[in-house]
Amino acid sequence: MHGIEFEIAPASGETRRQPLPEYIEGYGEVRAFEGAFANVGVGISDHRPRRSKSVRPGQTKLLATIEEALDRAGLRDGMTLSFHHHLRNGDHVLNLVMEAVARRGVRDLTLAVSSIFPVHEPLVALMDAGVVTGLATNYMSGPVAKAVSQGRLKKPAVMMTHGGRPRAIESGDLPVDIAFIAAPCSDPYGNCNGVRGKSACGALGYAVADAQYADVVVAITDHLVAYPASPAEITQTMVDYVVEVPSIGDPQGIVSGTTRITRDPVGLAIAHKAAQVIHASGLLEDGFSFQTGAGGTSLAVAAELKDMMKEAGIVGSFAAGGITGYLVDMLEEGLFNNLLDVQCFDLRAVESYRDNPRHLPMDASMYANPFSKGAVVNQLDVMILGATEIDLNFNVNVTTGSDGTIMGGSGGHSDTAAGAKLAMVVTQLVKARLPIVRRHVTTITTPGETVDVLVTDHGIAVNPARQDLIAALEASGLKVVTIGALLALAESMTGIPDEVTFSDDIVAVVEYRDGTVVDVVRRTK
Amino acid sequence: MKRLRRTMLFVPGNNPGMIQSASVLGADSVILDLEDAVSLSEKDSARKLVTKALRSWSFKTTEVTVRINPITTVYGPLDLEAMLEVQPDILLIPKAEVASIQEVEARISAYEAAKLGGEAVRTKLFALIESAAGVEHVHEILASSPRLVGVLFGGEDYTSDMGVARTMGGMEIEYARNKVAVACKVHGVDAVDTPFTDVDNHEGLLADARKAKAMGFTGKAAINPRQVGIIHKGFAPDPVEVRYALRVLEAMEEAEAEGKGVFSLDGKMVDAPIIQRARQMVALAEKLGMVKGSTASKDTKNANDSLEGGLV
Repeated sequence: MHGIEFEIAPASGETRRQPLPEYIEGYGEVRAFEGAFANVGVGISDHRPRRSKSVRPGQTKLLATIEEALDRAGLRDGMTLSFHHHLRNGDHVLNLVMEAVARRGVRDLTLAVSSIFPVHEPLVALMDAGVVTGLATNYMSGPVAKAVSQGRLKKPAVMMTHGGRPRAIESGDLPVDIAFIAAPCSDPYGNCNGVRGKSACGALGYAVADAQYADVVVAITDHLVAYPASPAEITQTMVDYVVEVPSIGDPQGIVSGTTRITRDPVGLAIAHKAAQVIHASGLLEDGFSFQTGAGGTSLAVAAELKDMMKEAGIVGSFAAGGITGYLVDMLEEGLFNNLLDVQCFDLRAVESYRDNPRHLPMDASMYANPFSKGAVVNQLDVMILGATEIDLNFNVNVTTGSDGTIMGGSGGHSDTAAGAKLAMVVTQLVKARLPIVRRHVTTITTPGETVDVLVTDHGIAVNPARQDLIAALEASGLKVVTIGALLALAESMTGIPDEVTFSDDIVAVVEYRDGTVVDVVRRTK
Repeated sequence: MKRLRRTMLFVPGNNPGMIQSASVLGADSVILDLEDAVSLSEKDSARKLVTKALRSWSFKTTEVTVRINPITTVYGPLDLEAMLEVQPDILLIPKAEVASIQEVEARISAYEAAKLGGEAVRTKLFALIESAAGVEHVHEILASSPRLVGVLFGGEDYTSDMGVARTMGGMEIEYARNKVAVACKVHGVDAVDTPFTDVDNHEGLLADARKAKAMGFTGKAAINPRQVGIIHKGFAPDPVEVRYALRVLEAMEEAEAEGKGVFSLDGKMVDAPIIQRARQMVALAEKLGMVKGSTASKDTKNANDSLEGGLV
């Protein structure tokens, strides 16, 4: 029988599978990633001047059709159109707008979509037809992601982060010509919110930069109310036109009815260990702040924390991020003073966001923009992260699957890892017969320098840069192993997987939150 | 101190994923099951899987028990033979009665003589007592093999054999539980209580685990990984008792330093059984991480400071 008896050391130097090119056709010159905060400083957040048409008394903003909005907005070849993803896989707005756009015969458009879901499959045909040739997004899954991976988009897609996107929009790196705001509720003068109407989705945090910086802003709603709509998360001062449509989304796909803690015993065992690490880190005291995703294991960590906080009588300051009913429960039980919410994951979160004054809105820039005068991620004590792959230098891939196909993206992964005092990756060591710890990750999404600890079912590995954390964990009686030892163990279970072979064609550029390039995705062979 | 067996967690012997994860679920011992969890059509493949897992897989510090099929079936002897090749820590012998344990003992001895030149296998035995006859003859069973290190009491089959209903209150297994617990104490082996079958009733499980502990059981079987932590909680020493035990040892050291033979604590005389019990309690608490360092040592100035708030 074998145990963790040996380890595999990281190769020195280059950790990317291939060096970055200096120039990428369809993207431009590559400014390579130089460090999580190397490019954060003075004089870099100049705001894009916005071409704005003032609205005079007596003018109406309410238009009959999307077509009319396209006319008024002056749609033409080469423009950049933006969309937000608060309606998630229930979104009808992107498809409705692009159907109308396609009828115009315009070409060479770039779409800036905060996230792309399987429901956006009709985009693939528009990519093939050359209507859409560029894409900037923070996350994509489903047929569009697959088509991009196959090289069916003319220019490389730009994969951003939730903080990098508003930075790019505000600074003019990603100038938006027309922003389409899916609005669950709007009045005829453009005051919008996400908490009323049949397609209520809660917070609209990812749409704010678009509404503030696009030249033309079109709100599209299926719940038109009398002026003034209340609350107004996006206000009339930003919106040019309002269009009413029968349905902006399918409620089934917008929010899940409930988000559940995993029942998988291995997931629960990992969550238990993760909670012990948080306890040992010394961060769990009054004022504690926390963020986690909506995955079953991440929620299980929250459940463990809840018990520990109750037992020790600890009151946290805030939980942030995409908000689930589970965090709402913790708020209502007095375990956190506030929730900071960029996006609601379930109906319970939507209701709380609407009704509880301690459940606060947070736009994407406030959440995670590295060039702002302080993002919420900077205030985070603990962030629970997932990983598709993690390498010996703690670089994490959540962009591509191990077959090289795009199946995700940073979202807030890189942003929260950079900001949080303790960025913790929780995962099974082996998933579906694939080792999660790798010699090289397929794509670097989040640089290892921002990841502090990896918690797996088979052991805890701490980034060697955090000797203080290693000491704290060991002082609490937690066993720490090297990530090389976990790799050796994983490979002893699965064997060493064959490397995926890639062509030279670059299908996506992975931008770090500061706009530098951290990696590229190449077309698989 | 011998290893803890607060929990013995059943894992189906035909499920590779669960076998692979068995060591990360927190149980003191896992029971890779070749018997009830495996359908007749999968008996051979499960045996091969478990054999292979024991050869090639590390279960780290988790004790590995294998439940073989009853020795009276066609599968039992095949299971036993295969397991002796890979020697897990423990073999759990179902439907244990005197004859079945003797038969297993004889087969193991024969294997040692034939294959190992008389050298003993490392594998120990656990008797799964789950019949009226088994309960009534528990002393004889425990006397029938020197390899036995414990009894697991199976309440479901036992009540079925008795022809009585199984209830939440557990009155129908009270006698059997008492008998098994006492017999195990007499023979110096572990007594592991029957699993609690309502896996979503965590409060019921905790109460049942505490009851088993109070009866003298050393542990409890688990049929779902989510039961493990709850059982450990049920079997954890009471922090108040641990604190008292620490103070007993402290007072004892002071008395020794002063050359006093007999001493009192809180106005009560402390005698040898109390000291013995305190030593056991502190040793267990140390093993469970409730107490830091060796508390029997001289540097323990304040008993309360060294107690880690009962976090197990």
